Amino acid sequence: MIFLWAFLVGGGICVLGQLMFDVFKLTPAHTMSTLVVVGAIVDGVGLYEPLVKFAGAGATVPITSFGNALVHGALTELHDSGWIGVISGIFKVTSAGISAAIIFSFLAALIVRPKG
Amino acid sequence: MATKSKGGQRYKKMSMSPKEYQSFAKTMEPQRSVFANCIKAFLFGGVVCVIGQVITELYVHLMGMTREDAGDPTVATLILISVILTSLGVYDKIAQWAGAGSAVPVTGFANSMCSAALEHRSEGLVLGVGGNMFKLAGSVIVFGTVAAFFVGIIHLILGTGGQ
Repeated sequence: MIFLWAFLVGGGICVLGQLMFDVFKLTPAHTMSTLVVVGAIVDGVGLYEPLVKFAGAGATVPITSFGNALVHGALTELHDSGWIGVISGIFKVTSAGISAAIIFSFLAALIVRPKG
Repeated sequence: MATKSKGGQRYKKMSMSPKEYQSFAKTMEPQRSVFANCIKAFLFGGVVCVIGQVITELYVHLMGMTREDAGDPTVATLILISVILTSLGVYDKIAQWAGAGSAVPVTGFANSMCSAALEHRSEGLVLGVGGNMFKLAGSVIVFGTVAAFFVGIIHLILGTGGQ
């Protein structure tokens, strides 16, 4: 059942992005930035976690979950170590995604023959 | 180059006002079907999420992780797959078909970083790869971080103190 919800919710978020491309004529950078901010706000009011429980990877794979993870790190550190947590906690949860993207992209640039 | 006679009425004189030109350019734009694009984005985006769910289940059942712990390795695995497909030039072909369906999942984030790194490889490792990797992904990180900061500040002010 979780696979079906992952498909529907994940696909739905992608349709939101497509509508921003086609209807509102936003550039991909504007669309992604907007979706990340939306994810951050949704987690700020406490609604992203229930969505993850409900849709699994349908909620954690789209870029909105990046905003959710940034807020989650900030709020967890805010809870544990006070006001400085708002600064120090932001990248705690997202480390895996950003680090993996940097490392694998760098290695790819080393291995793959340069283009252009 | 003043006029083009062969195309008949389809081509106009070069001396058009900007307004005229804009409406003229609009008629020449290929008609994009929003509905068809949305279906493609829905299907491909949904499939990527299902693949993510399958990877999560594999980590949970084969490696004995909790569902929460499996989140990070799932994202890392998807990014690795995306980087490999980008290096092979496959992801950009998929992106032309799937539109936002390939851009919105975390694989699209990795694709933007990897393709920037590959594209600027010839300018050197430091100025090319290092300097350009975040050219597209940077705005996502900047706006995500600023938004997360303000959400944190609001929680701090309201005294809800996080979760």
